[in-house]
Amino acid sequence: MSNKRNTILLVLLGAILFTMPLLLDAIGQSFLLGSATRILIYAIAAMSLNLILGYGGMVSFGHAAFFGVGAYVTGILSFHMFEDTTIFGLAGTNSAAIAWLASIAISALMALIIGALSLRTTGVYFIMITLAFAQMIYFLFVSLQRYGGDDGFMMFDGRSRIAGLELGDDISFYFVCLAALAIFAMGFKTLVNSRFGQVLKGCHENEPRMRALGCPTYRYKLVAFVIAGAGAGFAGALQANLTEFVSPDYVHWTRSGDLLIMVILGGIGTVLGPFFGAAAFLMLEEFLPIIFKGLGLPLLQEHWRVVFGPMLILIVLFAKKGLYASLMDWGRRKND
Amino acid sequence: MKRVTKLALAGSLLAGLTASGAVQAEPVKIGMITTLSTGAGYLGEDVRDGFLLAVKEEGGKLGGVEVEIMVEDDGRKPGIGKQLADRFLKQEKAEIITGVIFSNVSPVVAPLTLKAGAFYISPNSAPSTFAGAKCHEDYFAVAWQNDSLHESAGIYATDLGYKNAYILAPNYQAGKDSLAGFKRYFKGDIAGELYTKLGQTDYAAEIAKIRAAKPEMVFHFLPGGMGINFLKQYSQAGLIKEIPLVVSSVSMDSRILKAVGDIALGVRSSSHWTGDMDNAANKKFMAGFVETYGRTPTVFASQGYDTAKLIASALKATGGKVLADKDGFRAALKAANFDSVRGEFKFNTNNHPINQWFGRIVAKGPDGKPMNKTVKMVSNGLADAYASACPLK
Amino acid sequence: MVLFIEQLLNGVQLGIFLFLVSAGLTLIFGIMGIINLAHGSLFMVGAFVAATATTASGSFVVGLIAGVAAAGVTGLAMEYFILRHLYHRDHLDQVLATFGIILFANEMVTIIWGRTPLFFNAPDILNGSIELVPGIIYPVYRLFIIAVGIAVAALLYGVITRTRVGMLVRAGATDREMVGALGVNISVLFMALFGFGAMLAGLAGAMAGPLISVEAGMGESQLILSFVVVVIGGMGSLRGAFIGAMLVGIVDTMGRAFIPDLLKLFLPIAEADGLGAGLSSMSIYMLMALVLVIKPSGLFPASSGSH
Repeated sequence: MSNKRNTILLVLLGAILFTMPLLLDAIGQSFLLGSATRILIYAIAAMSLNLILGYGGMVSFGHAAFFGVGAYVTGILSFHMFEDTTIFGLAGTNSAAIAWLASIAISALMALIIGALSLRTTGVYFIMITLAFAQMIYFLFVSLQRYGGDDGFMMFDGRSRIAGLELGDDISFYFVCLAALAIFAMGFKTLVNSRFGQVLKGCHENEPRMRALGCPTYRYKLVAFVIAGAGAGFAGALQANLTEFVSPDYVHWTRSGDLLIMVILGGIGTVLGPFFGAAAFLMLEEFLPIIFKGLGLPLLQEHWRVVFGPMLILIVLFAKKGLYASLMDWGRRKND
Repeated sequence: MKRVTKLALAGSLLAGLTASGAVQAEPVKIGMITTLSTGAGYLGEDVRDGFLLAVKEEGGKLGGVEVEIMVEDDGRKPGIGKQLADRFLKQEKAEIITGVIFSNVSPVVAPLTLKAGAFYISPNSAPSTFAGAKCHEDYFAVAWQNDSLHESAGIYATDLGYKNAYILAPNYQAGKDSLAGFKRYFKGDIAGELYTKLGQTDYAAEIAKIRAAKPEMVFHFLPGGMGINFLKQYSQAGLIKEIPLVVSSVSMDSRILKAVGDIALGVRSSSHWTGDMDNAANKKFMAGFVETYGRTPTVFASQGYDTAKLIASALKATGGKVLADKDGFRAALKAANFDSVRGEFKFNTNNHPINQWFGRIVAKGPDGKPMNKTVKMVSNGLADAYASACPLK
Repeated sequence: MVLFIEQLLNGVQLGIFLFLVSAGLTLIFGIMGIINLAHGSLFMVGAFVAATATTASGSFVVGLIAGVAAAGVTGLAMEYFILRHLYHRDHLDQVLATFGIILFANEMVTIIWGRTPLFFNAPDILNGSIELVPGIIYPVYRLFIIAVGIAVAALLYGVITRTRVGMLVRAGATDREMVGALGVNISVLFMALFGFGAMLAGLAGAMAGPLISVEAGMGESQLILSFVVVVIGGMGSLRGAFIGAMLVGIVDTMGRAFIPDLLKLFLPIAEADGLGAGLSSMSIYMLMALVLVIKPSGLFPASSGSH
């Protein structure tokens, strides 16, 4: 039953996402394609966080750091390409293959360093130390004067280049992000169902027992942390391409909070949950003001956060299962 | 089933909302992307209110032409600025984009606007990027070029006869630019230079260093809350009388003044506009603003008002055509044929104004409350350092 | 040398102020196991109400009392409506719900007070500076903060070590269930404690008002700093919070004061300024990372620190 429902949901979702540019065009809202692309990108970032949060039980309050590192790597390479200068003796590049891989590799490296230190702590200390590392990276970016400091910098060279594709075209770029999300999601599913994923879940549920069984839990958690960092770095590279702009704002501590909310909102520890969470979160952020405007509530249009905040609290208090589980359970209660 | 209908309802409601605006394509659409939230929200609030005051004066028109002003908050975030620009340009078909406050949002919004073929008219932020070689014929800055703010403070400090100055700013691009701008025109020595943390609240260490360096004056660029923090602590350290402050207008606007009160007495600043300026346009603006909003306008409100007046003058010249007569509208903007609240107004070749700058000092006003008083003109036309690199004529 | 001593004093003063901000946070965490991101919002409420009440009444003391009371009442409401439903949830839920409170509180403050920073200066008697020893001129208001901070620290120490409430607090930090078994009405005790912690945050906010800009969002930078403090000190430990606050205050101040000058010995001035400012803004986070790497539960771990 559940599987069948899941399949229906997947097919439906795939169909909607695949025809999104057409759908938006049909209702005359094609400008929303940028927002749709952003959802796909944040879905990747939220999924990567979900690996450590939902499966590994590691509450990272600094996941935006890796997103930012990914964005900066791709951005900086493009910056030097445009200026025709070098960084650490290397020329810049606008090749997606090189730049995106570099983003993934360097985010993974950062995650390795930060994770190796942070994973020595647990519980609330882990939350706080990941926050502290993210703050360090935030201030590091702010002090990079060459790259605009706090203001960030434009990628004047435009989006990365892939042979045979024009990423500057919004529709092409949307499909590249969609493909990226699909591949990432499939890889993610394989990973969590593998032995590695099982051990990771075991670490979350009962770490002492796993350790007693002779399982090197620290190493498993660290590997998960690195994979999650790499995923967020990839999302960051895509985001830099979407806006053609990079700034320390990507690493602001509230961004890490946003990512956590996306995971919880969508459904922690589920493969597809974070996608729904990212979609719901970003759409609320974009449409709440418009909805209040439509309802004739100008005060709330301007101060929509006064509603958004309590919504978060209510979700945490009463809808912890998340959107994905709600979709799966929808209408089932009567039959049970 | 019930939920489906609800969803569908919400969907059609949304579609209806956005569509309803597009039915009557008559008024000229102006998209205002500005910063209303965060600690710096009052800047955008004043730009918006100044702009809307000009629209209100004409009963919903600018230059006799019906206009529709769409205002949205960018939250000081480039990403949101981009989304809004996308919506205004592609969906609402805005012909003019204005409102951007911060130099981290404008590098995203301005290129998008220009790429879409619309006009970009900045009421505030004007980073060097768009003033020099990358200037654009459809990009206009009404307020100033960023550097001029601090250059004029350097001129004022020199004019006051100070032989050396201690200078400080946050460690980010606008901060570094500000110190460079001040130094470009300050003829004395630099007694010390330091960079602070962005959003810093405690300045005890910096103040101790200033005291130890014994400079004749201090220049700082600490916008918004940071400037308030610094001023309160500087005053409590008893330094405000010993080592005077000379800053630029944005570090001593009327809202900051209201927040710090009497301790600001004696602080000097340079500005291209002050509430007490003696010209008809300014008197009308001051009276209208206080009457409409019940508060004293800041320099940002004056910039919003001037921006609207500039647009009005161009709309009047082309009879309401913007993109339909791009050359005409552009020429009319460049002519800047309107009564500015700052008195004279003219554009340089790079579409940034050549402003007169004035020295001010905080003193008690007629109501006993501190206010900025204009002392003298310190520059009768300051062109920015980048115009020569701009190919425009 | 005089400058060095003055900067050290500045560091100590910042440390004491940070202790005022973090004491409530660590107390609440220690006994209730609640991680409260909205602690900074209580700080903000304290500052706003104190500013308003001082302006209205003309008395700084009235303002202080009003600020503390308002933060206390806000804290009680927060506990009653939201946090008590989260005691048995994991830290993640607490983080998210209190994150929601921050968004709400900042926006609500903007609706009520607008976006202009509020006017709030210290009374004349506390303004100005005095010469402590020849060569060191120090602002009176900062000395006042040091005095209040030490008084609060002493009071807390007395309450915790000498009274029945203090005994319960200590017991609660060790074993929350046991306190319940002692026949204490836990929900009343928790609510009272939370209110008290909120009042401490409000006091810190009200005291900070004359020093910093009273504006929406002013609590966040304090919140992050106080997290650094309590994590370094060991969550739940008052002694840890005090030591942690001192460390953070001194490292932060000394970093800002001397790192750029030190770097100038090795680097060109322009680079030293930029790098120095960057390094000094990262210094406390590096300190925190360093402490946690060596002692993963902080310097003075309370036993329920990570459950």
